[in-house]
Amino acid sequence: MRSSTGCGSDLSLLELRDVQARYGEITALHGVSLTVAEGDFVAILGANGAGKTTTLRAISGTVKTSGDILFDDHKLFRRSPEAMARKGVAHVPEGRGTFSTLSVLDNLRLGAWVQRGVSPRDLANVFEFFPRLYERPDQQAGTLSGGEQQMLALGRAMMAKPRLLLLDEPSLGLAPLVVREIFAALKQLNEGGTTIVVVEQNAALALAAANHAYVLETGRVVLGGDAADLKANESVRRSYLGY
Amino acid sequence: MANFIQQVVSGLASGGIYGALALAIVLIHRATGVLNFAQGEMATLSAFVCWSLIDHGWAFWPAFGATIFLSFAGGVVLEQTVIRPIQNGPLLGIVILTIGLLIAINGLTTWVWGGAAKQFHGPFSTAPINVGGVAFSKQDIGVIAISVVSVVLIGLLFTRTKLGLGLRAAAANPTEARLVGVRVPGMLALGWGLAAVLGAVAGVMAAPSLFLEPNMMQTVLLYAFAAAVLGGMDSPVGAVIGGLVLGVLLNLVGTYVHWVGGELRLAVALAVILGVLLIRPAGLFGRTAVRRV
Repeated sequence: MRSSTGCGSDLSLLELRDVQARYGEITALHGVSLTVAEGDFVAILGANGAGKTTTLRAISGTVKTSGDILFDDHKLFRRSPEAMARKGVAHVPEGRGTFSTLSVLDNLRLGAWVQRGVSPRDLANVFEFFPRLYERPDQQAGTLSGGEQQMLALGRAMMAKPRLLLLDEPSLGLAPLVVREIFAALKQLNEGGTTIVVVEQNAALALAAANHAYVLETGRVVLGGDAADLKANESVRRSYLGY
Repeated sequence: MANFIQQVVSGLASGGIYGALALAIVLIHRATGVLNFAQGEMATLSAFVCWSLIDHGWAFWPAFGATIFLSFAGGVVLEQTVIRPIQNGPLLGIVILTIGLLIAINGLTTWVWGGAAKQFHGPFSTAPINVGGVAFSKQDIGVIAISVVSVVLIGLLFTRTKLGLGLRAAAANPTEARLVGVRVPGMLALGWGLAAVLGAVAGVMAAPSLFLEPNMMQTVLLYAFAAAVLGGMDSPVGAVIGGLVLGVLLNLVGTYVHWVGGELRLAVALAVILGVLLIRPAGLFGRTAVRRV
């Protein structure tokens, strides 16, 4: 396992050391170790049930774990989702986690919950990324199209001005055009300094966008490195890229 | 015609009380899925506290203010000590717990204040005022005003403040709410506090026209349930409108349908519950739960 993957001399924002997690009897993570540098764009690949989602949930504190998680070089004890949100971790869960009964604008306001107030500049920024949200501020989130909901989920995360943005399957069930729009936004956010960790079934898409990547298999990291290297890797190509 | 208008206004006064209590029920139901059967007894307890303060020489309004504050604190403490430990247990357990609370609080009020009915002098005189040939009771007008003001204040809190946004988020999707940093347990406790406040308003407003005794709010609670079902169990606006509609309806039916009279009003309320559940289970303002699959 190459856990310190060519991140150069960059400071690590996030480090997982032998993190294990279980749901009742079932162990989902058998000891995951990985590092995410500040400003990095990291993709986590793997088949269904490999532990990708659980890895994100471990980071955002929505699942109990053993092992160490370091954020900003500080070991985290007694993590809770609320505390992690306050530290600057925004988690967009799979299935476009929005408050479906609340309006678009309320969803965005909630994104800024950990901020001092709702900054009009941040709001304008989100609307600039996703003009379609600007057109329907009062619409109930649950009645938006799938793509719009994903935009809203991402926009909500942006309102928190996160240091670390976690995304679970942002492309799931969306039209290619929308997926392109979302990933373009992610790329732009990353260039603006936000560190991103994305879990994706669509490995080609993820490897094209990310700088680094990890491959999970049955709750373990089996491969890690530069996205470009992984793209060229024979087994990654056969298992995840399908050519 | 004058009699009709009088009956409508007096119905609105009772309806305001039903609506406030129904809103308390809906707030907790929306946030946790629990029907709080103790809501009526909590309101009675608040009314007793207010009565005691007045009995100790306080003027009505300071006593009312203190009661509101104590009820809020009581609601928060109740959530944290009694409800929270079993919050993640089966829903039925929590519902049964609230029935236990009903019995416990009823026992407490009987033990402390005795079972004998007490006269509660409200802030408004029962003297009629004449408006265009129609005589209204000042008390009715006052009760309507207080109910409307408290409901509007709660509404503004929920829709216009950051705290209200957090309360709505915690109710709509607790898991998501935690991810954006909302402290959901705190919000639930706050919700119980606010519900207790609404109950206190209902209890203190009801006490002058009913007699203050430990079972005072039990019938009112049934009316409030009917109001909540009529408006939609998950619609705060519906709960209030449901309360007003039910208050007026019961008064008019009681006055003009002679075989109903005063005795069968409760049966009418139960018929409303049954009718709504049969014809439109989501209530007038509720949404049928639709899930994308």
